[in-house]
Amino acid sequence: MTLRSLLFFALALTSPVLMSAAPPAHVASAYHVDIRNFHFLPARLTVPAGAQVTWTNRDEEPHIVVSAGGQFPSSPGLDTGDSYHATFSKPGTYAYFCSIHPQMVGTIVVQ
Amino acid sequence: MSDQDHDDTVAPARREFLECMAWAGAGALWLMKGGVANAITLPAGAKGGAAEAKDATFSFVQISDSHIGFHKAPNPDPVASLRETIAHINAQRQRPDFIVHTGDLTHLSRPEQFDTVAELLKEAKTGQVFFIPGEHDVIGDNGKAFFARFGGGVSGGGWHSFDHHGVHFVALINVLNLQAGGLGFLGSEQLAWLRQDLAGLSASTPIVVFAHMPMWSLYPAWGWGTQDSAQALTLLRRFGSVTVLNGHIHQIQRKVEGQVTFYTARSTAYPQPAPGVGPAPGPLQSVPPGQLHRYLGSRDVRHVRGGEAIAVTDVALG
Repeated sequence: MTLRSLLFFALALTSPVLMSAAPPAHVASAYHVDIRNFHFLPARLTVPAGAQVTWTNRDEEPHIVVSAGGQFPSSPGLDTGDSYHATFSKPGTYAYFCSIHPQMVGTIVVQ
Repeated sequence: MSDQDHDDTVAPARREFLECMAWAGAGALWLMKGGVANAITLPAGAKGGAAEAKDATFSFVQISDSHIGFHKAPNPDPVASLRETIAHINAQRQRPDFIVHTGDLTHLSRPEQFDTVAELLKEAKTGQVFFIPGEHDVIGDNGKAFFARFGGGVSGGGWHSFDHHGVHFVALINVLNLQAGGLGFLGSEQLAWLRQDLAGLSASTPIVVFAHMPMWSLYPAWGWGTQDSAQALTLLRRFGSVTVLNGHIHQIQRKVEGQVTFYTARSTAYPQPAPGVGPAPGPLQSVPPGQLHRYLGSRDVRHVRGGEAIAVTDVALG
């Protein structure tokens, strides 16, 4: 094993420890998607692994947050002012939409 | 509702008449024959309408988009406006053979909202009430609660058909299994059923189709359309008279395509903006005080004795 690969191995071992040291409660409040005028805003949101994302419906119409591939649990019907949150522990791209207004689409990118 | 509507691709034999009359702000009368449209002036319309009504072999009423549970501007009390709609229906001289509700009975699919709709419609003086779901009625459970209560015992996906005095009625479901980025959706199973359902019918059979979402691309940017409706229309095109009634957009819009005439209905709860007017669909906030009733109402449909004619009347609440 070369020195470089040893270093890489060591980093790979330590980095999850470093990440878990971040205070989860602080991270949780930081990521927000507004649902307004039949759009998810922002339509594409990038967050670190472990982040909690909160959607809030600002429309007079109800909306639902549904993962396009069933990758995270669906919200209930969100009436005006209702919020829903989901935690994303694994990196990846999570497409979602509103199952009653399917033209509304959004993406959470977890790094 | 007084616009002339001609389709120049239609053979003159088919261009008989559809007449449209505004009742001094109280609604519009539509008389349709052979699936083709013409508008007539208001006084002539009143006379023509009365004559057609007398000739009718039967009538039914379409109501739509009651959104029980909605409680904001411009209508904080959609229970009252649905009750008023039912009172209008009950006040008609000719009792409708049935009422069809073309979806969005409720705002959020909640049990107490379904209860209220069921209770209110018990007051309707009619033979039967049929319901098809809107997307607001299938939230969280793919329509399980809706079909258990309002499905009329229909098995499978909820779509069904029936015959009434020589008219073939088809109820389609286009609010389930919606796909990300898509519109209303029928699906291959329902389309296969439709093909089979229509197969044995003569082309002269008048067809009336119910659906919740528009069956044409009315305004796809707002989701006002059905992504696979063209496949259904291909199956319907051989018939001499096809009338497609839907809800969803809370306003009257119509379109004539050959022998197929599409009508969207008013809501009994609140209007939505005209297609593309403003940033998004949703409850129209700019209704002037005291004017809400002009935007709400029901639709009366009469089948005229001796043929393919269907007369469609939209009636505002006030």
